[in-house]
Amino acid sequence: MIELKHISKNFGERKILSDISSVFEKGKVNLVIGGSGSGKTVLMKCMIGLLEVDEGEILYDNRNFSSLDFSERTPFRKEIGMVFQGGALFDSLNVEKNVMFPLSMFTNMSYEEKMERVNFCLHRVHLENVNLHQPSELSGGMKKRVAIARAIAPNPKYLFCDEPNSGLDPRTSIVIDNLIKEITMEYEITTVVNTHDMNSVLEIGDKITYLHQGKKWWEGSADDILRTNNKELNDFIFASKLAQSIKKIA
Amino acid sequence: MKRMMTRPEKFSIYWKQFLRECDNFGYGSLGIVALVSVFTGAVITIQTIYNLSNPLIPMYSVGIVARDSIILEFSPTIICVVLAGKIGSNITSEIGTMRVTEQIDALEIMGINSSAYLALPKIIAAVFIFPFIILLSAFLGISGGYLAGTLTGKISSADFIYGLQYNFIPYNVQFALIKSFVFAFIITSVASYHGFHTKGGALEVGKSSTYSVVYSSILILIGDYMLTQLLLV
Repeated sequence: MIELKHISKNFGERKILSDISSVFEKGKVNLVIGGSGSGKTVLMKCMIGLLEVDEGEILYDNRNFSSLDFSERTPFRKEIGMVFQGGALFDSLNVEKNVMFPLSMFTNMSYEEKMERVNFCLHRVHLENVNLHQPSELSGGMKKRVAIARAIAPNPKYLFCDEPNSGLDPRTSIVIDNLIKEITMEYEITTVVNTHDMNSVLEIGDKITYLHQGKKWWEGSADDILRTNNKELNDFIFASKLAQSIKKIA
Repeated sequence: MKRMMTRPEKFSIYWKQFLRECDNFGYGSLGIVALVSVFTGAVITIQTIYNLSNPLIPMYSVGIVARDSIILEFSPTIICVVLAGKIGSNITSEIGTMRVTEQIDALEIMGINSSAYLALPKIIAAVFIFPFIILLSAFLGISGGYLAGTLTGKISSADFIYGLQYNFIPYNVQFALIKSFVFAFIITSVASYHGFHTKGGALEVGKSSTYSVVYSSILILIGDYMLTQLLLV
């Protein structure tokens, strides 16, 4: 479980996040949605320690993360997996070595054990026979899947995904969404996903937090979102005619 | 710099990185270093012969001039400026691309000290390998001068070799090695700094690489003057 308590973040005079509190539960896919510039990426960066919060606390299973310095956060970071928007695979390493990297860095597993784990993770994300491919040889969807395999390789307790569907076709987006959902449930991970993909919102979102102008504007489930009267959220979610017709049906 | 000087997460991984960088900087630079050294050595020799119009100046002084200018200045300084262009821009573009594609963020999230993991092996590898490159460059430069002088018949082999040996000061080689250590540190640390501070996209990576080469070249020239003033005069 990850708990945010009154998080605020400014860039100079500009207020990016303002008094955000929320709880992201274990074994659930927690979605953070919002328009461009709403602060969701900054919030995620604060949660994983790439940015420091100005006010408030971030608790990982009641352990305060935000008050620690870089070296004190290292044990926490080993429990965190992250899937970046572009995959962030290491260009100089092939697929196999990318997935193996966190294992080589932080475990004393033998090469055979690491290979077994790598193959298991790649199989888990439905990737076969790409072990020796370079990241530049992979499609966008394959890169995301390798990034997920790398993120889950060290058995994380917390998984963060920053817009995992961006740049993917609808079918591949569904595959990635389903993978995130399955992995979250299977390994009882606390998963936080930044997205503005409406399919993800309706399909995999156990809990949805809507950010608007750096504030938590709304929070609820996928079912609630179809019935909400929150104007800003409705404007955001049901911007397209297709989404509006879905709302009418619902 | 302070964050970089921390205990490695896993020594074996850093050792592999160090060996990879040694290969990259050393073996990867051999071609350009050899080419520049041989031709510049040849040019220094031919130009010295061309300017020696006074019959009172012995011909073996061509060997002295070629030796001292190559050992004292050309190999440690000019080759390092060339390497600032080759290695420095390579380091900045590698780290800069990792920065803009969030690969450095990925390292940080895994709990890896990215500056130590990416920059430290490069700096140590450069400080270790540059002296060998500089010694090789000096050897090739003098060989190039010897070949250019003797094959064109402008100077005899005996005169050139006598000039090389005449009043040789071993400290000059030490001085060249000291310069190579300092310049290796300047090139890699400036390049790493610019790589880490890249923001934006491909255009900014290119700009960072250019700044890195410009600043390290300027620092090499300033460092060259200061070291000469401190250690030679």
